[in-house]
Amino acid sequence: MSNRRTFIQQSAAAASALAFPLVGGAQPKAVKVGILHPVTGALAYSGAQCRAGALMAVEDINKSGIKALGGAKFEVVLGDAQSNPQAGAAEIEKMNEAGCAAVVGAYASSICLATTQAAAKHNLPHVVDVGVADQIVERGLKNTFRFGPGYRTCAQVAVNNLHVLNTLAGKPAKTVMIVHEESLFGTGTAGLLARELPGFGFEVKEVIKHANPTRDFNNIVLRMKAVNADIVIPANYYNEYVLLLRTMQQQQVRPKAIYSVLGGAASSYKFVKEFPEAADGIIDCNHWFNPKDKRSAALRKRTEAQDIFYSYEVFNTYTAVRLLADAVERAKSADRAAIIAALETSTFSDHFLPYGRTKFVNGQNQGAQPLMTQVVKNDIRVIVPSDYREVDPVFPLRS
Amino acid sequence: MFGFDILFPSLLNGLTTGAVYALIALGLTLIYGVLHIINFAHGAALMVALYAVYLLKVNWGVDPYLALPIVVPGMFALGYVLQRAVINRASHGKDENILLVTLGLSIVLENLALIVFKSDTRTIETAYTLATVQIGPAFIAVPKLVAFAGALLCAGVLMAIVARTDLGRAIRAVAREKHGARLMGIDVDHVYAMSFGIGLACLGAAACFLLPTYYVNPQVGSGFVLVAFTIVVLGGMGSFAGALVGGLLIGVVESLGGLVLGESLGQIGIFGIFILVLLFRPQGLFGARA
Repeated sequence: MSNRRTFIQQSAAAASALAFPLVGGAQPKAVKVGILHPVTGALAYSGAQCRAGALMAVEDINKSGIKALGGAKFEVVLGDAQSNPQAGAAEIEKMNEAGCAAVVGAYASSICLATTQAAAKHNLPHVVDVGVADQIVERGLKNTFRFGPGYRTCAQVAVNNLHVLNTLAGKPAKTVMIVHEESLFGTGTAGLLARELPGFGFEVKEVIKHANPTRDFNNIVLRMKAVNADIVIPANYYNEYVLLLRTMQQQQVRPKAIYSVLGGAASSYKFVKEFPEAADGIIDCNHWFNPKDKRSAALRKRTEAQDIFYSYEVFNTYTAVRLLADAVERAKSADRAAIIAALETSTFSDHFLPYGRTKFVNGQNQGAQPLMTQVVKNDIRVIVPSDYREVDPVFPLRS
Repeated sequence: MFGFDILFPSLLNGLTTGAVYALIALGLTLIYGVLHIINFAHGAALMVALYAVYLLKVNWGVDPYLALPIVVPGMFALGYVLQRAVINRASHGKDENILLVTLGLSIVLENLALIVFKSDTRTIETAYTLATVQIGPAFIAVPKLVAFAGALLCAGVLMAIVARTDLGRAIRAVAREKHGARLMGIDVDHVYAMSFGIGLACLGAAACFLLPTYYVNPQVGSGFVLVAFTIVVLGGMGSFAGALVGGLLIGVVESLGGLVLGESLGQIGIFGIFILVLLFRPQGLFGARA
């Protein structure tokens, strides 16, 4: 009898330990974090890249956990924005219901606009990993923090540097054509460029908008031929960027420079590897890492070991999740208001992006800046600014 | 205004793009014409065919054009089996069920592709990917010219099958009067499956012609399926000549519209024509009046 009782007691204890492993032990409660990206639909490639970066960051964070919370681990709640803002906002509602302490995402500007708004209703901290539209941080949402630069900063940096490069080369380029995708990111970036460029002596001959996806770029390239601009500026996502460049090659359109601003493929090792000839010489003003920081090289190696290309989506989201972990550490709590307060005063500097010490003003990291890169000998190298320069710029590519 | 040196290449580009649209729409119109169902899985099936071409090239070095004798029968077999084993069984003879089954199939296929291939966009490189032929002031990509010729050939073969073979006669009989055809000894289930198989075989051919200049990812089919539906309605549901002419017309309108009005606004031309046809010739350009 006694044996039977002991057996029943032990079995019950074992069963409850298996069923509720955290109840019996002294393990701290995990911090639920929403990782939200468009992993299906037109933006699936970039969304999946972001998710890969986020998961690597969580892996690193969970090695020691959040020390201030007794080694609490991040528990990931994955979300799919399906490449549209409504689905992204719906995922935020689910993450709120699931009890997430914060959300990191959601790649595309139009999606981020919806997800940050939805998260604000629940006072849910939202770290924006990529979304470059400046409206994301200009609506007074207290829960929203963007670590990277917005498109206004990117456009200003791009225009200033184009002016410098052109002046140093004896002003060979006078006309510009902008090709951009139709959503908030492309339209906003193109609008800023079209406004700024004339002030530096460039005539904007044409601004062409295209859909996502666009099946054929021949027409755009034919217009390019008709316009015969010295510089072509693409601002679009990966697939369309690749098709555009391939079509330009087919149609034998060779401007003096291809000068991308947040070009979807221009700073992509995948593009450079698969289309070295089309990629050669392309300049891009984009999210990029400090090439002199060894941690970036290590992450690249780790990313490529998983058969994933090391793109800006990967390292931007990786760093955004690390920023959140730092805030939770300093908040010493998984409470949403405490995390927001910690993000507001963040001085996070343990990263390899060229931003320096973090300082948020109205949700925007003040030190965030893009770097100028150029494809040289089948590799992507930093050309501007001089602090991060790896090679001297080649401009113009053709006289 | 654009000169001849811009308009002519745009026209040729529209024709070559339209031919591929037509090939995709041919399969769709055959499936509609016989089965009287709108196949929502058409885009997903195109994606499967594109992945097949991609895998053959990457793993075994099979050129996309040489992959035709593999991918076309393969897609035919897939279509035949899908119709007999899945769609026919799950639909219980109701059209609205078939609609939902094909929609479900498209979701399953796309998500399977997402699991197997991830969301990565994949392209292939061939010796002729960037090769062009100069026709007057136009540089036309060699793969697009091949696709144009291939699409016309496929359309011709399909029309010949339907017009001149016993299978074609059976298809036409089933399309017109299913019960009557059954009474005449035609195996209707077999004809249904053959039609679905041929419809998907067209996609196999389209994939072989498309991939040298395009890409594949799990969502790639959605970019084509809406335009294919438009072509089918424009040309007349179930009409092969309609699908061919409709495809070429849509290709040209899209191209010239895009050139003149810009890529986003250029699509207006397609849907403008579509609305006009629905208003003044609702049976489509080549469709028979009900």
